[in-house]
Amino acid sequence: MIKAVMVMNTQGKPRLAKFYDYQPVEKQQELIRSVFTVLSSRAENVSNFMEAESIFGPDSRLVYKHYATLYFVFVFDSSENELAMLDLIQVFVETLDKCFKNVCELDIVFNYSKMQTVLDEIIFGGQVLETSSTEVMKAVEEISKLEAASNAITLVPAKYASGWNRR
Amino acid sequence: MGSQGGFGQSKEFLDLVKSIGEARSKSEEDRIILREIETLKRRIVEPDIPKRKMKEYIIRLVYVEMLGHDASFGYIHAVKMTHDDNLLLKRTGYLAVTLFLNEDHDLIILIVNTIQKDLKSDNYLVVCAALNAVCRLINEETIPAVLPQVVELLGHQKEAVRKKAIMALHRFYQKSPSSVSHLISNFRKKLCDNDPGVMGATLCPLFDLITIDVKSFKDLVVSFVSILKQVTERRLPKSYDYHQMPAPFIQIKLLKILALLGNGDKHASGQMYTVIGDLMRKCDASTNIGNAVLYECICCVSSIYPNTKLLEAAAEIISKFLKSDNHNLKYMGIDALGRLIKINPDVAEQHQLAVIDCLEDPDDTLKRKTFELLHKMTKSSNVEVIVNRMIDYMISVNDFHYKTEIASRCVELAEQYAPSNHWFILTMNKVFEHAGDLVDIKVAHNLMRLIAEGFGEDDDAADSQLRSSAVESYLRIVTEPKLPSAFLQVICWVLGEYGTADGNYSASYITGKICDVAEAYSSDETVKAYAITALMKIYAFEIAAGRKLDILTECQSLIEELAASHSTDLQQRAYELQAVVCLDAHAVECIMPSDASCEDIEIDITLPFLNSYVQQSLQNGAQPYIPEDARTGALSVSSFSNQEHRETSSHGLKFEAYEMPKPPVPSRPPPVSISTDLVPVPEPSYSRETHVSPPVLSASSSGSSELKLRLDGVQKKWGRPTYSSSPTSSSGVSPSPANGASKVEPAAPSTSRPRETYKDSKKAEVDPEKQKLAASLFGGASKSEKRASSTSHKASKGSSHSTGTSSVSKSSVPSTSEVKSPPQPLPDLLDLGEPTVSTIVPSADPFMQLEGLLDHDESGSTGSNAALDSTAKVPDIVSLYSELQVSGHDSSSTISPLSSNGSNNKNLKRTVSGGSPQGMKGPNLKEALEKDALVRQMGVNPTTQNPNLFKDLFG
Repeated sequence: MIKAVMVMNTQGKPRLAKFYDYQPVEKQQELIRSVFTVLSSRAENVSNFMEAESIFGPDSRLVYKHYATLYFVFVFDSSENELAMLDLIQVFVETLDKCFKNVCELDIVFNYSKMQTVLDEIIFGGQVLETSSTEVMKAVEEISKLEAASNAITLVPAKYASGWNRR
Repeated sequence: MGSQGGFGQSKEFLDLVKSIGEARSKSEEDRIILREIETLKRRIVEPDIPKRKMKEYIIRLVYVEMLGHDASFGYIHAVKMTHDDNLLLKRTGYLAVTLFLNEDHDLIILIVNTIQKDLKSDNYLVVCAALNAVCRLINEETIPAVLPQVVELLGHQKEAVRKKAIMALHRFYQKSPSSVSHLISNFRKKLCDNDPGVMGATLCPLFDLITIDVKSFKDLVVSFVSILKQVTERRLPKSYDYHQMPAPFIQIKLLKILALLGNGDKHASGQMYTVIGDLMRKCDASTNIGNAVLYECICCVSSIYPNTKLLEAAAEIISKFLKSDNHNLKYMGIDALGRLIKINPDVAEQHQLAVIDCLEDPDDTLKRKTFELLHKMTKSSNVEVIVNRMIDYMISVNDFHYKTEIASRCVELAEQYAPSNHWFILTMNKVFEHAGDLVDIKVAHNLMRLIAEGFGEDDDAADSQLRSSAVESYLRIVTEPKLPSAFLQVICWVLGEYGTADGNYSASYITGKICDVAEAYSSDETVKAYAITALMKIYAFEIAAGRKLDILTECQSLIEELAASHSTDLQQRAYELQAVVCLDAHAVECIMPSDASCEDIEIDITLPFLNSYVQQSLQNGAQPYIPEDARTGALSVSSFSNQEHRETSSHGLKFEAYEMPKPPVPSRPPPVSISTDLVPVPEPSYSRETHVSPPVLSASSSGSSELKLRLDGVQKKWGRPTYSSSPTSSSGVSPSPANGASKVEPAAPSTSRPRETYKDSKKAEVDPEKQKLAASLFGGASKSEKRASSTSHKASKGSSHSTGTSSVSKSSVPSTSEVKSPPQPLPDLLDLGEPTVSTIVPSADPFMQLEGLLDHDESGSTGSNAALDSTAKVPDIVSLYSELQVSGHDSSSTISPLSSNGSNNKNLKRTVSGGSPQGMKGPNLKEALEKDALVRQMGVNPTTQNPNLFKDLFG
């Protein structure tokens, strides 16, 4: 089971934190901070795996990937495969990239709920739900379409909507 | 609301994000957020907020909470939002509540109703959102409220809903297995769903179920195998391909399940062999995900009933992993190797150099994994090298958690495989020195016990040798600053007990050292207690030996200081010391017999020597003593009634003295409490009491150290069963046989080189060094196995020497049976040679240590082990024999890694970084600029503070 998904930038600011086991707010902050401390001390060109038992307790592994200014971190237990998780991060980022076209940190900051939607399509209740970024995109698009339809309010001016929201 | 920005948020929100992004310190960020919270608190309660505005507030609340501040004031608004009919708002509301609330939150009760309604909605997106919330917010008590609807959704026409419904049921199962126990058949049914996605989702709960109860799912083996076959044959829709792999995540899950089902089941495993073999052959090792599947195959192969062909294939894949440049693959390779050596210990030998490379890798994760592997493959032949490596690493890490772990591993290995007691002590010293506060105190007690009891054999010379070497090493260590408390306790105890025993050190020298300890660690009372007891013992031994007592002034002042201590324990010990010092030699000898820590102290708890005294008191009219349990049990006892009366009357003020404090040492018999409590102390009996006190004192004082030591429940792990069972008469063979094995092997590749040049060229020539290490780690594998079996034979067959050899002589080389008999780490053999080693060992690195060991039993240059000569032939044969073996290993091992290193398969390098084509593309400059322009237009000016915000992730 996946225990947590975190996205943080290289300065340690959280951009997304989702814990599939409930953690109180203070604990979340502490976890994010300790993960960042270890991550930032790791050199380039080392493995993407990290000892996580000292932070998350027994039977926990951590896989991270560094993209430009962001760290994507997945924490999970022994019922998942480390390399597969690494690819799941790749799926997640690819999907975001399709979603936002050349995704950058700023997109993630401003489209918090959209990123959550994408993540919810990939991981559901701590289990991997979907691993094909095309499928995820399809679902996300459908959601946005229906949301737009059910919703008289257009939050995004039409001229940007095509550029930002959908592919 | 004209301030709508391009990202669908108002300017306010953009400003907030921007200012946070630019905040220079945590406190500045906090200030901004606190201001934001104030604003939100005010705004959110305003009447008639437009819905889209409300939505933004909720998102801002989520943001605030993500940055670690309390947003609970807004929870109720998020809950309200879930009631909204508008899909967007509803989804936002659900998102917020799943992030804000836990399943036991008070507000959940308000949501359950909404969830129930939404699960029945026509719009499948609403249903999905509700299911999402179900996973997160439903607890054990509320499961029944939504369970029927969720089960109904298993038949929903949309596969996305079916999938999520299964996941929700899985979640219920995790939270309360009993609530869905009647629904397990549903999981089986859904395995046959038309949609592969749903089938894949079903594997998650099935995996959990099978983990708990394998038996009842054996019938599914065929189905799983056929699904896996279909997946690998690309029968699934193209959309499930990932990097040209057909549904790899499903394959991985299936392999995990098969591993569980085939574990120890020959029949079930037989059904899997073909498909797994095919998979391993076909799998594309050039992608990350392909390697993930391969790794999973290895895990599966090592878990199911062993099949030679598959194991070979697995070993091949492992060697590819290990030779890869990719750290991730190396990591997986090490992990897989750890799994495989459980079945076939010989696999490791081919990969020795790769493993050692990993051990020296700068990547901590990899290093730790490698230590895990080494831990798994430790045998008595390589324990020294491995433990020394571990200790070196332990010293270098700062992470407490890991330090503790590795320290306890060192202790475990040392206790299990220690080749000699002397080595054990040295190793423990190192562990204590660097991680003493992190290991269990029992380990310290074990160590003291070992030193006190020696080998459990009747060889006093060896014992005293061991002790004096311990004393010597402690005297050296004790001057180092900041030693852990547990270690100091051991040091004080050993110095007190054996410091002056061999006559090498004067009492004043030892006591001076102990005083230094007590002064340097004056805040640690336990250490001080150990120290003063040690002082007392040394003085007692001095007096008993008839020497003139010379108490150093610093000791004198220490004793006086402790006599006035706040701690009653310390005080008591100090007074005891003062009392002992004033006695004559004979009395002291009785109280503190030297080297008696192992003798049992008999305590007669009925205290017969007091009988006449009690009798006398009773005749004088004293109350008879009623045991405590009788006192509390039967209140009707007449003699007790007036006592009780007294107690009740004295509720307000207590006029009698309080009970004497319980002596800290439980072994102390209760005479004191008797005399003060019930029996009035008549003056004349005092003389008697003094008479009595010496034995009591001795019981308590030596008992105090005794008690710490005498851990009856603690297993004596470090090798009694193996060592002591065969009292072989041949004495004077210095090397412990296990030593002999590992001693000789490292030298095998370069025996011709003299030691000095080795020392000098150590740094320049890395390779031979590695090879040596490799040889010492892996080389002795086969031999040690035999040895292990031979020792166990011996243990079981009894202690006769001849039976031992007869059992050994089965081994391949008949002439070595002679040689093999010493493999018993014989207690009496060890110590003659060891003391010289002790001077070399502690600071040297493992190689030097090995070299040193090797040197002086081959050349016999060191003077002290003269006894060696008589049996010098024996180790020689050992060395010859093992040299033969090792050179055999070496020729294979040195050649293969070199040749394969050259042909390093390059396609592995690419694997991880390779994303999809999309992932590879460079930053799209035009778009980035567009975005930048847009943002500027909205008034968010990227400053130099955080320009990276605009960098493309794939850039």
